[in-house]
Amino acid sequence: MLKTSTTDVVPEKKIKAKQRQGFKLNAKDKYFASLFLGPSLLILGLFVFYPMFKTLYISMFLTNTLGKTTVYVGLENYVKLMSSPDFISSLWVTFVYVIAVTVLTITLGLLLANLASQKLPGMGIFRTLYSVTMGVSVAVAAIFWLFIFNPSTGFFALLSNWLNLPVVNWLTSPTNAMWAVIITTVWMHLGFTFLILLGAIESVPSTLYEAADVEGASSRFQFFHITIPMISPTLFFVSTITIIDAFKSFGLIDLITKGGPTNATNMLVYRIYKDAFYSGNYAKSSAEAIILTVIIAFFTLLQFKFLEKKVNY
Amino acid sequence: MASFDEKAVLKKVFNYILLIALAVVILAPFFIGIWTSFLPTMDIAKGNLFSTNLSLDNYAAAFTKTPILRYLLNTLVISTITMIAQLIFCSMSAYAFVFLKFKFRKTIFTLFLVTMMLPFEAEIIPNFATVKQMGLLDNYAVLIIPFLTSAFGTFMLRQSFMQTPIELKEASDIEGLNHFQFYWNIVLSYNKISMITLGAYSFLGSWNQYLWPMLTTFSNNSRVIQNGLKQLQSEETFNDWGMIQASAAIIVIPTIIVLFIGQHYFKSGMNEGAVK
Amino acid sequence: MSTVLTNVSKRYDSDKTVLSDVSAEIQTGEFFVIVGPSGCGKSTLLRMIAGLTQISDGEISINDKVVNDMAPKDRNLTMVFQSYALFPFLSVWDNVAFGLKARKNTSQSEIEERVNDALKMVNLEELKDRKPRELSGGQRQRVALARAVASDAKICLMDEPLSNLDAQLRIKMRQEIYALQRKLGLTLIYVTHDQVEAMTMADHIMVLHDSKVQQIGTPTEIYKHPANEFVASFFGVPPINILPATKDTGNLIEVNNDFKMEVDQQVPNDHFQVGIRPNELVIEAADELDANASIKTIEFLGDEKIVYIKMAHNNVEVAAIVASDSEFKAYDTIKVTAKNNYLVFNSDGVNITKSVEDVVNA
Repeated sequence: MLKTSTTDVVPEKKIKAKQRQGFKLNAKDKYFASLFLGPSLLILGLFVFYPMFKTLYISMFLTNTLGKTTVYVGLENYVKLMSSPDFISSLWVTFVYVIAVTVLTITLGLLLANLASQKLPGMGIFRTLYSVTMGVSVAVAAIFWLFIFNPSTGFFALLSNWLNLPVVNWLTSPTNAMWAVIITTVWMHLGFTFLILLGAIESVPSTLYEAADVEGASSRFQFFHITIPMISPTLFFVSTITIIDAFKSFGLIDLITKGGPTNATNMLVYRIYKDAFYSGNYAKSSAEAIILTVIIAFFTLLQFKFLEKKVNY
Repeated sequence: MASFDEKAVLKKVFNYILLIALAVVILAPFFIGIWTSFLPTMDIAKGNLFSTNLSLDNYAAAFTKTPILRYLLNTLVISTITMIAQLIFCSMSAYAFVFLKFKFRKTIFTLFLVTMMLPFEAEIIPNFATVKQMGLLDNYAVLIIPFLTSAFGTFMLRQSFMQTPIELKEASDIEGLNHFQFYWNIVLSYNKISMITLGAYSFLGSWNQYLWPMLTTFSNNSRVIQNGLKQLQSEETFNDWGMIQASAAIIVIPTIIVLFIGQHYFKSGMNEGAVK
Repeated sequence: MSTVLTNVSKRYDSDKTVLSDVSAEIQTGEFFVIVGPSGCGKSTLLRMIAGLTQISDGEISINDKVVNDMAPKDRNLTMVFQSYALFPFLSVWDNVAFGLKARKNTSQSEIEERVNDALKMVNLEELKDRKPRELSGGQRQRVALARAVASDAKICLMDEPLSNLDAQLRIKMRQEIYALQRKLGLTLIYVTHDQVEAMTMADHIMVLHDSKVQQIGTPTEIYKHPANEFVASFFGVPPINILPATKDTGNLIEVNNDFKMEVDQQVPNDHFQVGIRPNELVIEAADELDANASIKTIEFLGDEKIVYIKMAHNNVEVAAIVASDSEFKAYDTIKVTAKNNYLVFNSDGVNITKSVEDVVNA
């Protein structure tokens, strides 16, 4: 579905021209419009717009433990957040995680897609196998990997024992816990990224490669000078999707590390959740939520801008 | 010249080795998980992964000792209803944006776009208060109502609907079809593929919900599978790995099978696109 | 110094033969056109010469070197694709430079010189910074040509390069390609389904049909002395009239009761066919008694008219070309006769016409 939206965007101007020709203003349209749009507007208004404003509102107040706003403080909550090393470290951790997840997912997805796009017998099997993680939900992925990371009975621990290597404490060391979360996230995203990139690679006209073959370009040269530029719109698209998804990560964190050890994986959404529903600090949580929103909105806008342009070349 | 041949063969062999190695790495967590789901927890705890005491005991335990079936049923019902609702409401609003002319159409569409920028994760505090006030907590409805529609789905279907040939609309106007008839009989069937895609997307999206159900459901009657698994995992103080892996397998195997079947259609679709 | 195909065959899955036993010698510096209807295997043959498709049997050698197992890039040739294969993300200039840069053995200054020369040659200097999507069809075609020109390869393969252009542009580009080939002394192997392109440009034409070579020859040979019925009907617009005939008394053959002609050669006693080009038929107005045919329709082409004629007997239909000022109209009754220029095909379609030289020698 995501592919559709990268490729099938009709420039706004064209639609307008089409509609000017095609549709006459019709009194009945108004009636149908409210009928067709009403339910969606109601739901979005109640569960997206209202809560957004409400969150913004709360973020400028102090709140009691029941979530009631008490004193208006303007931007003070934000100022406090920005000067709190705890929050800054959370932001930092989130950025590290997002960057690592995006770079690894895209690189691996590209490698897999490029390999599986070869015209060799049996490629269909590999395509299926590589896309398998698409069918894995958060909790299942967490359980599979928790077992692998488990320091006493886990697969990695056993492997280290057999190889006479020191057992790595995946979930108790801050750096390793971060890696554990990153690995699991990348693994989960890989199937989807692979499929989207494979589709993009397969839609590159084969004559381009043939022309390059005749001209004497090595396959390495072809990959960097034909494949990459030709699929760059899709690459950009999956990158933003991955970035946005990574910023919103919650399930895996809660299941694997619970933000620990010592806040090493306490990312934005997890912090929002804990500040509100553990500590009852609704104002602080709301301010954090607004910061998250700004970040997500930025990347979504980037994607929209790009969809409008449709192609990069 | 012969060297070209040899090189090509070598390259192929290398490619296959790489392909297989990568497949093994990617699938390892599955294999390990599913393999251990057949082993007694005692053996797993002792690190005896090559134990031959294979049995379905873990599965039997998962089904009888845990409410996993109930979790599955809850999730299935919630995901299905969410999917159907999104298909209906998203296609309706997409239809309005493409085929209806009304005041503020552009403004309302921009509102939808803005919605896509606002992460649900950032709105949990007021939303929690809302559903609490509506008395929906710990109920299927709390997991369905906020997701009856989606801005992304509307946007995606709008893109697809815009590709519907204008002649179809004109022909229907001549035949005297009203908007509802045109929407139901023509637009929906013409855009079947996008509808199926959105259906799959919204079903999976609902199936994978984690944060919201964690906040709003707290009994087995409405708990969904993702949170249910966590529940099982944290309740087991001695970490009954065999049973936990079995529960994970019970959930993942059906999705994988669906994916395998879907892959067949997916592949033929791909081939059609690739024919030169 | 030539490209030689020896018994080249291509089969897919053992039973699907795309090409069988193709042999030909393509001289260095000549314009060689491979022509045939779609599906005859002509593009496959070209791709096998390029090395993009493996050959099943036989041998291809370029300049006395067997290249069967050589990678395309080592064959030292260029190729222009039907779809032009332009890189949409590169400018015109970079598209032309692509191959030179890919090979990495050309210095920067030489690349610049060659690319600029090539662009000058196809009149694209001003557009060198444009992207392919900002070009018209003819301009894209020129970029593809420039890419071939910039390479130092002396063999250039073209796969239906003009088929995506409109009719007017096609004629213009045909002339440009021809001029380029002559100027650069390229060995040009050119695939097309268009007999006019083949006739106007080729030094030699290979006619492919049913995965076999039907004939190889100069345009004149192909037109005047087609090897068989297929070749005869493939060239010429409107196509040659092929009429089943039987032997009559003496030198006469009979197409039908009202249409007989004299031939000065032996013809088979049973079935055979006679081929008469539309411009070798003479028609004149005649009253119903003398007429042997009537006019079905007339197409006005400006400097001439094509008359479609239905014979009175056995309803055989033929086409004839007449001057554009002749005043025939549909349903006129006419008398059709043939000039003394015809072809005779035996029941297998093989041309058995006694050639002029044979007559002279006899």
